[in-house]
Amino acid sequence: MNSNVETFKYDNRIVRAFAIATTFWGLVGMSAGLLIACQLFWPGLNLDFPLTTFGRLRPLHTNAVIFAFVGNGMFTGIYYSLQRLCKARMFSDALSWINFWGWQAIILSAAITLPLGLTTSKEYAELEWPIDIAIAAIWVVFTVNLIGTILKRREKHMYVAIWFYIATAITVALLHIVNSLEIPVSWFKSYSVYAGVQDALVQWWYGHNAVAFFLTTPYLGLMYYFLPKAANRPVFSYRLSIIHFWGLIFIYIWAGPHHLLYTALPDWAQSLGMVFSIMLIAPSWGGMLNGLLTLRGAWDKVRQDPMLKFMVVAVTAYGMATLEGPTLAIKSVNSLSHYTNWTIAHVHTGALGWNGFLTFSMLYWLFPRLYSTKLWSTKLANYHFWIGLLGMMFYVISMYVAGVTEGLMWKQFNQDGFLQYPNFLETVVQILPMYQLRAIGGTLYISGVVLMVINLYKTAKSGKFVPDTEAQAAPIERGDSKEHGPVRGHRWLEAKPVTFTALAFVAVLVGGLIEIVPMYLVKENVPTIAAVKPYRPLELLGRDIYIREGCVGCHSQMIRPFRSETERYGDYSKAGEFVYDHPFLWGSKRTGPDLQRVGGKYPDAWHYNHLDDPRSTSPGSIMPRFSWLLTQKLDTRSLPSRIRALRRLGVPYPDGYENGPAQKDLEAEANKIVTDLKVGMVDAKPDREIIAVIAYLQRLGTDIKNAPATPAPTTQTAAAQTK
Amino acid sequence: MSVIVILIVASLSVAVLFLGAFIWAVRAGQYEDTCTPSMRILTDDTTQPNPPLQSEQQTEPK
Repeated sequence: MNSNVETFKYDNRIVRAFAIATTFWGLVGMSAGLLIACQLFWPGLNLDFPLTTFGRLRPLHTNAVIFAFVGNGMFTGIYYSLQRLCKARMFSDALSWINFWGWQAIILSAAITLPLGLTTSKEYAELEWPIDIAIAAIWVVFTVNLIGTILKRREKHMYVAIWFYIATAITVALLHIVNSLEIPVSWFKSYSVYAGVQDALVQWWYGHNAVAFFLTTPYLGLMYYFLPKAANRPVFSYRLSIIHFWGLIFIYIWAGPHHLLYTALPDWAQSLGMVFSIMLIAPSWGGMLNGLLTLRGAWDKVRQDPMLKFMVVAVTAYGMATLEGPTLAIKSVNSLSHYTNWTIAHVHTGALGWNGFLTFSMLYWLFPRLYSTKLWSTKLANYHFWIGLLGMMFYVISMYVAGVTEGLMWKQFNQDGFLQYPNFLETVVQILPMYQLRAIGGTLYISGVVLMVINLYKTAKSGKFVPDTEAQAAPIERGDSKEHGPVRGHRWLEAKPVTFTALAFVAVLVGGLIEIVPMYLVKENVPTIAAVKPYRPLELLGRDIYIREGCVGCHSQMIRPFRSETERYGDYSKAGEFVYDHPFLWGSKRTGPDLQRVGGKYPDAWHYNHLDDPRSTSPGSIMPRFSWLLTQKLDTRSLPSRIRALRRLGVPYPDGYENGPAQKDLEAEANKIVTDLKVGMVDAKPDREIIAVIAYLQRLGTDIKNAPATPAPTTQTAAAQTK
Repeated sequence: MSVIVILIVASLSVAVLFLGAFIWAVRAGQYEDTCTPSMRILTDDTTQPNPPLQSEQQTEPK
């Protein structure tokens, strides 16, 4: 129809590279998950080796699955579909490959640093600051490549999937930068610029939206492309897909506080998060129904095509998770579910069902096309489907049972008004069989992935790779409308301003925030509770070891205002207690008990023995041994820089404190603990890491406990709490 | 809790950005046709004799 039809080539090499990376990192991430799942009923499985301990491997598992598996999966799908939707090759092959290798390098550095204990401890943002900067840079590369391709598209209409990709690129950049603001202490240690409640709010604003804009929106874009392609029929309602998109992105970003219900976060912020979370059901279910209804009249294809089977389960899992999410965001439901394995079940419905199955579906569809052949074995793909589904059922159902069981046991009072299960360990032992069933589920799920890898490999072997797919399309006519500006010969030039805009945006954001945020927040760090004091030097170093070992993965430090919690742990947590906590360590899971008021609860020697071998003091405990803390020497050289960094963030250490007095205080405190340990028949050296950890644990929550009877709360935050 | 101001400003600026995008999309006529775009993606317009076709996993004879 048009005389100036252009011929061009789609880049399949980059798609293949990302697809291979997806399967590889998927296996790594899931295996790490299985390993730590087994450690929960078999604590010896860490081999008493620091690098393989639960606290360090758990962030490796989450990061690998989210950023390596789903991240590469997202890039695979975007790089494939975007070119075809825009009828254009990627904006720049160089940027594509920088995106690819940069992303793999980031993943690799995560896989090295996390087991070494180099972590910020903020969930899904554990990576230390040099890697954070690399992530921002590579993300800009991806964004420029994405926008550049869109600008040189030959199809005027932007299909709805493209909108989902744009939302992903822009929002993830913003979330990542705001949440990762930290003051470096050394190359691999930093402190979050936010403290306590503020840090918690920023973290879960990020954390929730990482789910929204990293795990959901890009995959919805993929769903809107690959599902109609596989079913070979248009999406049920294109109009609905547009409403789905705009509805979702405007609501999602306000729902973060639902991760902090009943915590020391002000009540109104909690309610805001709850209301927006419930509103999210509408766009989410609109999207799910749109996906499923696309298959109306095509269910015979679902019976035959394993790819569609995966897709149907993925979309169904999306629907289940997005109904369950708002339910869990209701305060009364959350009071039972929070800190339990229910949350674990919820996220794995999303991860295994939605992200996992959609990725598998996409890979089964892509490989035969990339290699211009048939799928090697449909039968094997069917086996994968059923094994994966069974594994998911084992996983999710066992974790529901575990979550509800422990949640109810924690809250149970007996007839006399005492806790029915005052010993936390009883509630741990009770759910051990569920942990075992979960591991069976994980094993099944990974076995399915192995079958897929074999199948895809054989498919690739049986075909011939098509590095470039040639296509033809006419360019968009632009001269006819003046509002789009003059016609330009080289359309690719248009993308240069985009590059600059993107870079400038990030630069301004980083620069502005680094300048403004700490200054703005320092004032806020004036303690609202007079008894709360900064950490003493030994406690500070102990806290950093607590962060290094990932203790926060299993132990919360946030007592909610319920009688069942105050009976078990002590007074509920107040916002003012955390003003010096860079970062906050409230945690989100109680595999073990809350530790916020553990200070003074046990003698020093108990902690010493417990950390050396938890089973010696608590028979049946599933906590790993931390025997290396007994032998490793405490590194005090970095103490001055740590104190300086915290002072910059508003922690009131006196001027010059780090040059001498701090070291003296540290030694005095260590010697005091050593003396105390002697009373408990423990002979320890004062310069070991364990001494610092004990100092920190014994400090926890004592500021308020030892303070004279506190007057009525004066700050609005405390007032909101008492209600 | 002053950080919430930063978060609200950040969230609002993204929202405003998207609002602008939405207004652009409507003005540019992106949503005037809500039928053909969904069909158009089903064809790939490649010059090759459509290699994907032979890889369709449909079992019925074509």
